[in-house]
Amino acid sequence: MKVVLQNLTKIYPSQDKGPDVTAVNNFNFEIPDGKLIGLLGPSGCGKSTTLNLISGLETPTSGKIFFGDDDVTDLPPEHRGVGLVFQSYALYPHMTVLQNILFPLENRKGKERLSKEEMNAKALEAAHLVQIEQYLKRKPAQLSGGQQQRVAIARALVKRPRVLLLDEPLSNLDARLRLQTREEIRRIQRETGITTVFVTHDQEEAMSISDQIVVMKDGIIQQIDAPQTVYDHPVNLFVAKFLGTPPINVFSGEVKDHMLYIGEDAVLKTDLEDRKVIVGIRPEGFILDENGPLKCAKIGVQVMGRDTSVVSSHPASLNDTVVSIISAENRVEGETVRFALKPFKTVLFADDTEEALDCWLSD
Amino acid sequence: MEKKSLKGWLYLLPALAFLAVFMIYPLFDVLVYSVEEGYNSASQTSFGIGLYNYSYVLHDPYFMQALKNTFILVIITVPLSTGIALLISVGLNSITKLKELFQTIFFLPYVTNTLAVGLVFMILFKKTAYSDGLVNLLIQSFGGTSVDFIDGPYWAKMFVLCFYTVWVVLPFKILILTSALASVNPDYYKAARIDGASRWRIFTKITLPMIAPMLFYLIITGFIGAFKAYSDAVALFGTDLNAAGMNTIVGYVYDMLYGTGGGYPSYASAAALILFAIVLTITCINLMISRKSEAF
Repeated sequence: MKVVLQNLTKIYPSQDKGPDVTAVNNFNFEIPDGKLIGLLGPSGCGKSTTLNLISGLETPTSGKIFFGDDDVTDLPPEHRGVGLVFQSYALYPHMTVLQNILFPLENRKGKERLSKEEMNAKALEAAHLVQIEQYLKRKPAQLSGGQQQRVAIARALVKRPRVLLLDEPLSNLDARLRLQTREEIRRIQRETGITTVFVTHDQEEAMSISDQIVVMKDGIIQQIDAPQTVYDHPVNLFVAKFLGTPPINVFSGEVKDHMLYIGEDAVLKTDLEDRKVIVGIRPEGFILDENGPLKCAKIGVQVMGRDTSVVSSHPASLNDTVVSIISAENRVEGETVRFALKPFKTVLFADDTEEALDCWLSD
Repeated sequence: MEKKSLKGWLYLLPALAFLAVFMIYPLFDVLVYSVEEGYNSASQTSFGIGLYNYSYVLHDPYFMQALKNTFILVIITVPLSTGIALLISVGLNSITKLKELFQTIFFLPYVTNTLAVGLVFMILFKKTAYSDGLVNLLIQSFGGTSVDFIDGPYWAKMFVLCFYTVWVVLPFKILILTSALASVNPDYYKAARIDGASRWRIFTKITLPMIAPMLFYLIITGFIGAFKAYSDAVALFGTDLNAAGMNTIVGYVYDMLYGTGGGYPSYASAAALILFAIVLTITCINLMISRKSEAF
């Protein structure tokens, strides 16, 4: 089931004479059938509001929402056929795991109501999918965070929703479990083929499992694309900075005679006309080179197994430090480190609008 | 270790001494009084030890009347007041406008003096030479015949007593229940809505179990409070409750000690211990039920 958001806007009226808050500003995008979409942005960017609008818990100020060809804008949540996994999981503490999973089925009335056996079979199927069959008789409090989350997913899936929504699904889990669970979510989504939207502020999480990510800021969509595309070709400085750990290195630069300068250092050739630019270089875009054009003052070196991260400073840097990641086989000696740059890991932005500049770069 | 625990006991001593003198000794004394037959409070002597006092109390028609009154009061007012309080709390919780105003209004009886409220109820219900009382005026306006609620038939008096008790205990229950309802995580309701649960199902399957601990607390304290009712009856029917046929167990105990024809601490102690046994049994049953139904 594809999901289409059309001119979707949500404005919260002002409180205490403050200005109205536009949480979601004129969204237009289409979620293809059977895909996993990550809504990504800093807190307060309207991603949870978007999720609530899709679920029907909130009604839009204007705009429309379609599931397939059905206009569901005015449908209450119970008639939309969505499954929602809450950040807090919202498992009913007084019910067993099985009772929790059965709950959505038991709510059905009339012709839709299944027999006791059919309900149990469906619940077992959902439990099997998320691999919690052995805990069916337990209460949620007797489960670990990861298990609780699986139960919450099973409860959302048991009624075969048209769309599955996950609100910050991994934020309550510890680091190890997070890696495991995100693979699990990916697997479950692939197996069921249910169109899934999840919300996160963790870019790594979004990048690792989404088919597409939607980067948002202040209620406005910045970019929608495959994770790698967004990473390699950010449309503006915000998106470039938001994605990637360590974050992108930002310098003020200038183009003179088709040559890109960072401070005094002429680093790359370009087809741009003379102008001031902002240069973004991914940490992995540096190559340690004795004759490299970019001269940085070394601050420190951190060896982390596979990689070495070199922390240095440069007068034209807009960040406090320049962080580059190079292979651990390299020895970094001396006060000054010199780098050559990988052109495809370097992005130029207009110095005024901070939009990405469409240009060609080479060494 | 030894020294440490000795020090601890030393610190506890003042509190323990206080408890021993004012709680444990009187309790023990009540037990002693209740088994001393023919105790004379003037000479501080008795004939012997036995269960005669209990037998006397249990054969006293006044005690049986008080027992009956108390049980009726408990059985009617505890479920009724808890139910009404739940209804009002759910209502209060679902409105947004004027919520605080209504909360304040519902809380007013709690801070009002029992006897003052009793007086107001007398004015509402009492039949005098000059007026039949406000409630009777209402009944008459609907075409009924007026009833004497204060000196009239038993059911009318019991009605007033129950009405009054429910009215007095409501505010506290509403206070507890509204805060219990407000503390339920709204995510549960959202999840239930998305899963298509009807309002009634949300209430019975989610809201009620979530506030069950508070409900049980209210029911248990409600039972205990109602069994110990006394001042309410005095406020409505005056001090001679036996004559009015509206005595309660605590009232009977009081009358046995200080009432006209009183001065029988042995009978009073026996009655008090019977009350204690009843309350203990009911509370244990309540706790057993609540443990069973809220195991999470």
